[in-house]
Amino acid sequence: MFDLTGMTALVTGASGGIGSAIAKALAGQGARLAVSGSNVEKLEAFRAELGGDHVALPCNLGDAAAVDGLVPAAVEALGGKIDILVNNAGVTRDNLAMRMKDEEWDQVIRINLEAAFRLIRAAAKPMMKARFGRVVSITSVVGQTGNPGQANYAASKAGLVGMSKALAQELASRNITVNCVAPGFIASAMTDVLPDAQKEALLGKIPAGKLGEGADVAAAVVYLASREAGYVTGQTLHVNGGMAMI
Amino acid sequence: MSETAERVKKIVVEHLGVEADKVNEDASFIDDLGADSLDIVELVMAFEEEFGVEIPDDAAEKIATVKDAISYIDANKG
Repeated sequence: MFDLTGMTALVTGASGGIGSAIAKALAGQGARLAVSGSNVEKLEAFRAELGGDHVALPCNLGDAAAVDGLVPAAVEALGGKIDILVNNAGVTRDNLAMRMKDEEWDQVIRINLEAAFRLIRAAAKPMMKARFGRVVSITSVVGQTGNPGQANYAASKAGLVGMSKALAQELASRNITVNCVAPGFIASAMTDVLPDAQKEALLGKIPAGKLGEGADVAAAVVYLASREAGYVTGQTLHVNGGMAMI
Repeated sequence: MSETAERVKKIVVEHLGVEADKVNEDASFIDDLGADSLDIVELVMAFEEEFGVEIPDDAAEKIATVKDAISYIDANKG
């Protein structure tokens, strides 16, 4: 089950905490990857760690022209096809709305939402030709529940969900599925820095009683990317230890 | 048959998986050849690639038959 041998995948934000777990899991199931990220050194180091014949394609997702070139570059590097697209890259620019600068709003929407749209639009073409495709976008529990200080981030993540549902309907007849995975609180560099008291309070809201791991998110992505998940589209799979049941 | 017509028909046959003899110039993509809206988008993109023309949305909407496609391409290719 969930064997990805012979499939190719583009993963954005691949050198980050959750992204690297996703990339490792996809590669572990046999997929050949193009990993993307904005930090060239970190990305190259991660690609070396992955080994195999995976390729690294650095890209600044805030630059529309660079984003538009990423899928064609991945298709070329991966031998002419892209079976799986994982929109994982995301940024936060937290601020209370009254203090939020235009730039903070724009940047988060551009990188988290607009870049994902541009990548799906580009990937849809070769996927339509191949009559096969799996698109998985990493959203967040915050896109459903909201979170003070994250109006921009919550909007971008909720936007991914709505966009995926529209695209799922457009592309379903071509055997292309478009889904989301919504992590809750995942142990990462972002949660490591939280004060202990805040961590305790956080854990109190999670029935599972612990933070999630990157591998928990990656397993959900592997499932949605697999051939076996072909009848699942327009869905959001929540991976949050029960903290929100939606 | 013009060279454009030959190439258009070849693309239509390939993309829609229909018999070549059904693709006459009066055939409507949707009514006669079983295309859906996504097929039309794919065909338009394939025409653009094959002939190096740009077919804007308002022009694409008017392309209903094989003949419409051939005429548009002949009038607009470089």
